[in-house]
Amino acid sequence: MRISLFITCYNDTLFPETGQAVVRLLERLGHQVDFPLEQTCCGQMHYNTGYQQEAMPLMRRFVEIFCNAEVICVPSSSCAAMVRDHYPKMAESTGDTALIQAVNNLLPRVYELAELLVHKLGLEDVGAYYPHRVTYHASCHSLRSLHLGDLPLRLLRKVRGLDLVELQDVDQCCGFGGTFAVKMGDVSAAMLADKIRCVEDTRAEVCTAVDNSCLMHIFGGLHRLRAGVRTVHLAEILASSEEGAGQ
Amino acid sequence: MSIRVGQAAEAPPFQKAALPLLDDTQLRKNVRHATNVITRKRAAVVGEQHDWQQLRASASAIKEHTLRHLDRYLEQFEKNCTAAGGHVHWAADADEANRIILDLIQQQGGKEIIKVKTMTSDEISLNPALEAAGIHPHETDLADMIIQLGRDKPSHIVVPALHKNRQQVREIFMREMGLNELGDRPEDLTTAARNYLREKFLRVKIGFSGANYLIAETGGVCVVESEGNGRMCLTLPETLITIAGIEKVIPTFRDLEVFLQLLPRSATGERMNPYNSLWTGVHKGEGPQNFHVILLDNGRTRILSDQESRQTLRCIRCGACQNACPVYRQTSGLAYGSIYAGPIGAILTPQLFDMQHAQTLPYASSLCGACYEVCPVKINIPEVLIHLRGRVVREQQSSANLEAIGMKVMSRIFSSRRTFESAQRLGRLGQWPFVSEGWVKHLPGMLGNWTEVRDLRPMPAQTFRTWWKNRQKQKLKLEDSPGTQVSQKPGLKENHHA
Amino acid sequence: MPDTTNTREAILHRIRTANADAPSSDYALIERAYQQSASMDRAEILKTFADRLHEYDAHVTEATQQTVPAAIAEVLRRNHQHSAIVADGFPPSSLPEGVHWQQESELNTAEGAISGCEVAIAHTGTIIIKGSRRITLLPERLLCVVYASQVVETVPEAFARLQPLAAEPLTFISGPSATADIEMTRIRGVHGPRFLDVILLQD
Repeated sequence: MRISLFITCYNDTLFPETGQAVVRLLERLGHQVDFPLEQTCCGQMHYNTGYQQEAMPLMRRFVEIFCNAEVICVPSSSCAAMVRDHYPKMAESTGDTALIQAVNNLLPRVYELAELLVHKLGLEDVGAYYPHRVTYHASCHSLRSLHLGDLPLRLLRKVRGLDLVELQDVDQCCGFGGTFAVKMGDVSAAMLADKIRCVEDTRAEVCTAVDNSCLMHIFGGLHRLRAGVRTVHLAEILASSEEGAGQ
Repeated sequence: MSIRVGQAAEAPPFQKAALPLLDDTQLRKNVRHATNVITRKRAAVVGEQHDWQQLRASASAIKEHTLRHLDRYLEQFEKNCTAAGGHVHWAADADEANRIILDLIQQQGGKEIIKVKTMTSDEISLNPALEAAGIHPHETDLADMIIQLGRDKPSHIVVPALHKNRQQVREIFMREMGLNELGDRPEDLTTAARNYLREKFLRVKIGFSGANYLIAETGGVCVVESEGNGRMCLTLPETLITIAGIEKVIPTFRDLEVFLQLLPRSATGERMNPYNSLWTGVHKGEGPQNFHVILLDNGRTRILSDQESRQTLRCIRCGACQNACPVYRQTSGLAYGSIYAGPIGAILTPQLFDMQHAQTLPYASSLCGACYEVCPVKINIPEVLIHLRGRVVREQQSSANLEAIGMKVMSRIFSSRRTFESAQRLGRLGQWPFVSEGWVKHLPGMLGNWTEVRDLRPMPAQTFRTWWKNRQKQKLKLEDSPGTQVSQKPGLKENHHA
Repeated sequence: MPDTTNTREAILHRIRTANADAPSSDYALIERAYQQSASMDRAEILKTFADRLHEYDAHVTEATQQTVPAAIAEVLRRNHQHSAIVADGFPPSSLPEGVHWQQESELNTAEGAISGCEVAIAHTGTIIIKGSRRITLLPERLLCVVYASQVVETVPEAFARLQPLAAEPLTFISGPSATADIEMTRIRGVHGPRFLDVILLQD
């Protein structure tokens, strides 16, 4: 299958290793990955902060770039949710029937990574090896927008060597919330403190999720506290293998 | 038009109001405990209700339908209530509502009234208006009484005094009821409340209530409660005055079968709350013989005219969104500067109220979606929050602010591959003044809110796209050199496709 | 009294303006896919009803038409009650001998009240009483006699039965008066009856 990767602007800039892992993983599974270089950002930050007009050209841009893709993989549930939850309404508001049509045609081909693996490719065991104690944080968009349910956990349970430990209050927001983390910094910090307490209680080495945005937030707090817990995107765990250990 | 929502006019921005609350250990412990208990109970009784989603869908549809024909249903309610001996009044805003209520009380020569919990009366600041006219309102809901006697503010829709613990309640009761002895067990405190109020229930001639539902079909009213103070206020006085927002009307008696299943489970985690009272106008020999309903607009028709946010008017004031909200759970309702707190408050207050004074509220959410998930009438609160943020941004457009400029610049940057890649390069170079020993620990301006409690990994040397481009170049080179196979194990797992 | 006629017209006008562009909506087409009829057999329904009442700290006694006066006497004896006030319309033949039946004027000092009901709901442990609002409220104890045939499984079934009484004063009672306003601890009997007894009559 030819899979077009929408890496997302912040993964591209701040977390290249996640994108590399997605490429490695999908190619290992026998698929062809395509990365349209014209892509930039889905517009989520603008849209959610109230700059809906500024998000419009970014929506159009996304649609133009990916309209002919066979399948689009987004290794970020909040960006996938942006496309799925808000693009139809945004397109609707323009009254541009071609655009509305294009968005409607595009949506069924947009997959978050775990969705792509389990729902589209029918896989749970992706042949990964990751000998670490890991806890999984369910990001809000993965849980309540995309309704991923236990898909990421099903993938993690099949990873050889991985010691999966349940995170208490797994469905509670970590306090990131995009610009919320700076606009309401103190409340966000209080939420983060709760999340960190739960992560530390698991005694895991690694906290994983399907969103680097939440992980950046959780890790930011963990590192400040010198907690000695890493955060790693799900893609990187799934891409790890015995042959390629340490890649 | 003058619109009052509690104290919102004077309220500080959310992030400022939250600060002292975040430091209030006792408050946070109480709020955490209360919200945990209700959340757990709710999850249990919602979990056993196998048709929960169907009930939500019907409730949402009934409310939407009613809003669409609100004029018709209000007129129908008015006609039927009047025919049953009630009097219906209409109030455009808080001042008009207070004036009507004051007139009705003064006509009866009343000096005091007994009140059953009503958010709407807080919305219009009824108590201060009555007190200014020399009329004493007695709050009779236990929590409201704790708030009133303690000269405090409510922090929750359903359990307004959840931020007070038993010792605090005991102190308030001893002082205000003039008691020398009082235990601090909840039983002792509720007994004190019973004794204190019983005499008032039997003596005061005017009762005052809100309404959970106005039934258009019959002209009836339904009030949902637990303690029996509601029943006292609704049945013992000679005169009963009920205030209700115009969105409280439902088409038929039968519609209650939906709402009475959703509300108690959502609000208190009970299968059914102890008491629901239904009455229609005046019943001969039964209850108050002089009954008035005030239908309050106070900004609701304005909300109705906003297609994106009119769903706010579906709200049945259950408070489930508050208990589920991770922001509310940290700050309590006191940070919202309005009697309507939590996620529903974050959308309702700015709409009922002049946006200028409540424009931080739509941002008092991480958009985690927990509120929408639990909402029994399916109000997509995150969607409305985002919509209202858009309104805030548009209203601020005239004043140049750093955030707006930054957002516009970012939008430009994302508008082409060239500008995006340039910005990535610039960012990598520009970040070095802020990087020390491999970490970003202090950022300037608003971004400093991030580094106050969080480290940040600097931008790595290579972006993903640079890595990709290099990889493609290498691939091409390999392809050019003869005899090399590039594609990796084609078709290895093709048969696994779903 | 301020003249609110204009306010009324203004509010209705604003509503009509706000709804001007919205498509009409038909009440009859509202989807109601929730459970509307019973799914359990009679024995299960009655057991569920009793279980729910127990969970609300109510006391349940079973009786038949013949044994109801004895059952009432037994409940009063257990509660150390020598008097009670009886709701209008309660069949005198169901009352035991030797109890002082109080008048409505003695309401605030009555030891307890006795009432029948219109409908009861197993699913939520709810008893619905028409009228008698004061006497089922002020005394410390309420004893309610429920016929098995009055118990339905679901809330919608109860509303179907109550439809002819839709404009009557109705009280839905689910357990004794209670509050959880202080530290979320459920406390019985704030202002309404502290104790609820139910006699479930096989008919």
